[in-house]
Amino acid sequence: MSSLYQAIILDHSKHPRNCGELEHANHHGEAKNPTCGDSLSMDVLTENGLISDIRFQGQGCAISQASASFLTESVKGKSVEEALALERDDILVLLGVELSPNRLKCALLSLETLKKTLAQDSTDTV
Amino acid sequence: MKNIKRLFPIFDARPGLVYLDSAATSLTPAPIIDAVAGYYRELSANVGRGLYATAEETTVRFEEVREHTARFLSVRADEIVFTRSTTEGINLLAYILEDHIKAGDNIVVTALEHHSNFLPWKRLAKRCGAELRIVPFEKDRSIHPDTARSFVDSRTKIFAFSAISNVFGTANPVADLVRIVKDANPTILTIVDAAQAAGHTPIDVRSWDCDFLAFSGHKMFGPTGVGVLYGKSTLLAALPPYQVGGGMVLDSMADGPTYMDAPHCFEAGTPDIAAVVGLGTTIDFLDHIGIDSIHEYEAGLATLAVSALKKAFGDSIHILGLNDRRKSGIVSFTLDGIHPHDIAQILGDRDICIRAGEHCAAPLHRALSLPATARVSFSVYNTEADIEKLIEGLKEVRALFKS
Repeated sequence: MSSLYQAIILDHSKHPRNCGELEHANHHGEAKNPTCGDSLSMDVLTENGLISDIRFQGQGCAISQASASFLTESVKGKSVEEALALERDDILVLLGVELSPNRLKCALLSLETLKKTLAQDSTDTV
Repeated sequence: MKNIKRLFPIFDARPGLVYLDSAATSLTPAPIIDAVAGYYRELSANVGRGLYATAEETTVRFEEVREHTARFLSVRADEIVFTRSTTEGINLLAYILEDHIKAGDNIVVTALEHHSNFLPWKRLAKRCGAELRIVPFEKDRSIHPDTARSFVDSRTKIFAFSAISNVFGTANPVADLVRIVKDANPTILTIVDAAQAAGHTPIDVRSWDCDFLAFSGHKMFGPTGVGVLYGKSTLLAALPPYQVGGGMVLDSMADGPTYMDAPHCFEAGTPDIAAVVGLGTTIDFLDHIGIDSIHEYEAGLATLAVSALKKAFGDSIHILGLNDRRKSGIVSFTLDGIHPHDIAQILGDRDICIRAGEHCAAPLHRALSLPATARVSFSVYNTEADIEKLIEGLKEVRALFKS
């Protein structure tokens, strides 16, 4: 079966990590992928320039949801600066698959949402 | 439809192909590919200009296709404008009708339109300070004349709707819709998006009595790059040109330039001549198989597919559109717990081509609160074996997501 749907991606899409709302978040953002109708929203709590907690909620294909699950796991505890410096290829490394241009949009929706979320005005304690 | 499939050379190049996305674009049979190539091989001249043999012959062929297309729709040749696509035809109309719309007027569309029959009107309404009204579809997934009637009034200028929904596959009662809005206000211009109807179901423009109708060649076995816009001759004669430039002007040096008569004043610049030549062969091809046979075959496969899907997936599959209103080869569905994009991707890896997403019909999906749907669409080259492969593929998709 499709190598795109490796066990690990299916696992993350079926049992997403960091899924839900974050009550004390100081950043919130949303993004949509119009070609799929995928949508993601993220809540992030930053303290002293670090991402101390993060949650996402969304609706969409396995790739977009698994990518959000992977990404939120990966940035938790990292600095905002590091998270903002993430690029397309970093996401592809996380997912470990090659994607067609159409599915790339699904995979990158999580990164777009994260960057939008972090760009929001915040009440970071720095 | 026995032996039709062998006329489509793509199956020689890709023998395993299960093509179930004909509502997006149909495959092209050899005679039409040959006609397009034949233009480049044997004619290759511009239309309406040159005085040498190939130029004159090209012009004659081009105008013959216009007459042929007119016969196909039972209208006059000067009522046929060649465009690039359905989308261009409708945008052309939205452009030339701009002076016709005043602030406070309204434009009426329906909730099951493809974006190509939605966005041009949304933009025009905004530009003119007019209101855009959206007629909802009913439980049977079609537009009912009485509902449409309740959306039009003395300030309605345009009513634009599709003959067949590109998602539900259901047919609208075109003649009744035109009649009821005209009874309410005879000045309303009625515009039919026939993208999913042309070449798949008989189109009777005279009995429909719509003012304008648009479709594309590439959804009915024709080449890409050519579409047709029909307009009543009295209306086309009174409307301003669209693009201006070569091939459509009489006197360019006058203060107010004078333009050629319709349809030429709507066809500035060199058209896609090869595609128009191919369109002529396309209509021959359709005549040869017979529109009624095509319609019966495609709708028959869709009905079989609906039964097979329900049998295989029971309550976990949700088919959009009522079977008795479906008048096409289009079947859209959702499968519980699996996003349509994942379905399409996994089937795609097995060379089974289906469409997933909003199918350029966001208003329809919003109305149903669905983020996306999966769509299969059948054509003359499909068989029951394709339905079996689809079901087999979907079973594997489900197994993958269940494990």
